[in-house]
Amino acid sequence: MNTIQKELVGSVNSNEFDYRTEARHRAGKFWLNIFRLSTLIGILALFALLYNIVNDAFGYVALEYKVNPASLTSTGAPLETLEKADLAAIIEAKVSAGLLRQLTRDRPLTDYSKPQLLDIIEENILKPGVKETWPLFTSLFQSSRVINEAQANYPEAYLEFRSWLSWEFIVSPQDSDPIVAGIRTAILGTLAIISIVLVTAFPVGVGAAIYLEEYADTRKWHNRAIETNINNLAGVPSIIYGIVGLAVFVRALEPLTSGAIFGALDGNTTANGRTILAAGLTLTLLILPVIIINAREAIKAVPNSLREAAYAIGATKWQTIWFHVLPNALPGILTGTIIAISRAIGETAPLVVIGASTYITFDPENLFSKFTALPIQVYQWTTRPQDVWRSLAAASIIVLLILLLSLNGLAIYLRNRYSRRNW
Amino acid sequence: MTSNGHLTNGQYAIEVKDLNIYYGDFRAIKNVSLAIRSNQITAIIGPSGCGKSTMLRSFNRMNELVPNSHIEGQVTFHGYDIYANDVDPVEIRRRIGMVFQRPNPFPKNIYDNVAWGAKINGYKRDLDDLVEQSLRQAALWDEVKDKLHQNALSLSGGQQQRLCIARTIAVKPEIILMDEPASALDPIATLRIEELMRELSRNYTIIVVTHNMQQAARVSDDTAFFNMDEDRAGYLVETGPTSEIFTNPKDKRTEDYITGRFG
Amino acid sequence: MAEITSHINNPGYSDKSTPPELRKKVRLSETIIHGFLFLFGSISILTTLAIIYELLKESWLFFREVSLLDFFTGIKWQPQIGEFSVWPLVNATLMTSLIAMIFALPIGLMIAVYLSEYATPRFRSTLKPVLEVLAGIPTVVYGYFALTFMTPLLRLIFGAQVVQIYNTASAGIVIGILILPLVTSMTEDALSAVPRSLREGAYALGATRLETAIRVVLPAAISGIAAAFILAVSRAIGETMIVSIAAGAGPNFTFNPFNPAETMTGYMVRISGGDLSYDSIDYNSIFAIGLLLFVLTLGLNIISQQIVRRFREVYE
Repeated sequence: MNTIQKELVGSVNSNEFDYRTEARHRAGKFWLNIFRLSTLIGILALFALLYNIVNDAFGYVALEYKVNPASLTSTGAPLETLEKADLAAIIEAKVSAGLLRQLTRDRPLTDYSKPQLLDIIEENILKPGVKETWPLFTSLFQSSRVINEAQANYPEAYLEFRSWLSWEFIVSPQDSDPIVAGIRTAILGTLAIISIVLVTAFPVGVGAAIYLEEYADTRKWHNRAIETNINNLAGVPSIIYGIVGLAVFVRALEPLTSGAIFGALDGNTTANGRTILAAGLTLTLLILPVIIINAREAIKAVPNSLREAAYAIGATKWQTIWFHVLPNALPGILTGTIIAISRAIGETAPLVVIGASTYITFDPENLFSKFTALPIQVYQWTTRPQDVWRSLAAASIIVLLILLLSLNGLAIYLRNRYSRRNW
Repeated sequence: MTSNGHLTNGQYAIEVKDLNIYYGDFRAIKNVSLAIRSNQITAIIGPSGCGKSTMLRSFNRMNELVPNSHIEGQVTFHGYDIYANDVDPVEIRRRIGMVFQRPNPFPKNIYDNVAWGAKINGYKRDLDDLVEQSLRQAALWDEVKDKLHQNALSLSGGQQQRLCIARTIAVKPEIILMDEPASALDPIATLRIEELMRELSRNYTIIVVTHNMQQAARVSDDTAFFNMDEDRAGYLVETGPTSEIFTNPKDKRTEDYITGRFG
Repeated sequence: MAEITSHINNPGYSDKSTPPELRKKVRLSETIIHGFLFLFGSISILTTLAIIYELLKESWLFFREVSLLDFFTGIKWQPQIGEFSVWPLVNATLMTSLIAMIFALPIGLMIAVYLSEYATPRFRSTLKPVLEVLAGIPTVVYGYFALTFMTPLLRLIFGAQVVQIYNTASAGIVIGILILPLVTSMTEDALSAVPRSLREGAYALGATRLETAIRVVLPAAISGIAAAFILAVSRAIGETMIVSIAAGAGPNFTFNPFNPAETMTGYMVRISGGDLSYDSIDYNSIFAIGLLLFVLTLGLNIISQQIVRRFREVYE
């Protein structure tokens, strides 16, 4: 304790108070450190999450060929040293007749380039299989250990540093072979579902918001009921929407959602109501409250003076709303909608319930197709017992997160760009 | 410190030397030097925005709670620089209490409002006595003695403000700063606060910021008149016994302000 | 009075009828638009009705087969032998939620106190978007995190014999991480809403920063904090993907957080995601459990909203 404080303490009330200022400051410091620690734990949790994903999406894999490449040539020479004609001969000899027909439908094998021929051989004849995967940070910092392990455990295998996230991964359809499986089907499914959500939820949500903000007389009980109801709907767990969507859209409205009443039944629509349309409508109901709540905030932020100005020159109510209120509320409405949409993109539980079948290798053709979606794919791959699928799950998560982050970025950009205007 | 030695004889409670207060780049107070006499009521008056509240808050380091604020110069209490690096603002504030412009009782009951400050400061004697004594000094006891466990927010504005005064008295400060304590109150409540200030000045040094000149003339012993320059920085025009400032100001600007020609 | 009015030139009431151009017109388009907007507004009501109708209808079918008494007593959920006690599922839900709360509430509260009472505005404005990002990550990603990070971590710490691959502890902790941003930002909002003048009042009495934060600001914000906590509980109970990935499949009545146990939501996903025939007892059962979940979360949400409403009134 320094002299100033001691002297001052002596001068006031020291017989009445036991200030213990130093102890109190120590307690303050102690708790401040606890608070900091908590914050650190929160940040660490985020980093652990991201680290874990990145760690699994890249790294060494031990691959083993089903067929030894040396057995393909009489001399045992490496395939890369062979001529195109020899490679074509190997393909003709080893692949099934059906595949050969498919490959030569457009052009003869000799018209393929050499790397293409090598790819065909690798994919269809050698068929490398994954024996084991190592996470990124092990691969980077303990690569010698990985190499030793691979040599000891899989003498036949070769080691490859693989990025599970690749262009190939994005554009390939789902497959039972992890080496060639991709998320094309899932991405298309997600895009199709989100388009349905957009075209249904946006007009209805904004319409409902306009009604509640501009028309509804909140003294009337039914308007208050709508308002309370929307707030409560926003808190209903998404799984409930899932099973209700199952009961309503998949089951009760099957003729509509399977496309039967449109005569749209074809090969891919034996989906008996478990279709893109049913999934989209379910997610629409799920995010409608979010869109309405956000749009109301945006409409509320438009100053009354603007409405009064429009009324004062003889505009009708709808003219006022359409030409003045909506244009000014639009950035806010869009921001809110984007946030709601990004929530819909990540929703998994209702889609798992509606979609059910998840092994789908063909692109969705129309609203009445069976589907899979990015989050379903993540769920599916995560829950498979073999480790290699985790790497695919991690790669799909990265795609999903990039999609969501760019949407959020767009929302933030819109908010900042238009919120600078001062009323 | 030694240069101020001749002033630490108890005549002055607070002395200010060449004080500048900044909020970021903005200078709110410019080159103020001022001495506050012990056990007197000093009124700080001046046009709005001239930094009266900022000045007042610098006396117990409340201004540091505003981000980006810093000071130059010196404020001394008993001759000690309260802004010295090793001085604890907590120690300063319990010796120099403050009553704010709007009553700000804690959302607790009346009893706890008064007792809380004493409790955290480790009051060793009977809290009930302290609460009663403080409420009596604040002229509120008779009105609230039957409802000490009611929420303080149920009191009227004037009662709330006297509660805040009681709360301040309960930690037994030497100085009480009052930032326009009656500005949010009706005339009758204002009158009671003014009577209370006169009452309290027997035991405490009181510094009060007011924009009400009649109030300054009625209650204060000394008056400091502040004004602001073209950069909106507040500066001290003149200070002295209230009777002199109001009847015989030395400065033309003081006279103009007092007679209502500006501000 | 009468005398005074008589002095004023009083024109009396006009009996001229309104000329046609001033008369009210029926604007058809305006009426139609109004009607449509009302319709859009009521879709939310229809949604609610559909939810309630479907849950009640299918639950009704379920409870024709299974008595309410069996549903709410007993400790086994084994449809094969006709045992339908919901307790194993409820118990697992409570376990994961409780673990989540033990993790998220204190940490969320402390982060919020740090952000609102201590952190520089710059730190706050950096961390808040981070919280928003965390809150926007899909729950299936958290499920992945639980299974591939949290479970191995727990097995490393407590031993692989003790901690099963699927367990409620891992799921619970990760649900805690999931709701941490919600708890933090709602609590921070409640703390920031406490007027500055209260803090100043405390400082002026010689209170330290900690005393001001814990004994003045926190109590003043208590109802907002309570609302945040209740909403967090509701979110944890309704959380689905994390538990269906990491907590285990198959009802299991256990209090051991390192054992697998299926929650209500996990059960609903497993049953409805598989081969499901309508009008089976399995199909009906997910609605009965859904109804229970709906009532629980709705109740918690309404309580939370009521608290928030009352909290607003104090400061406005």
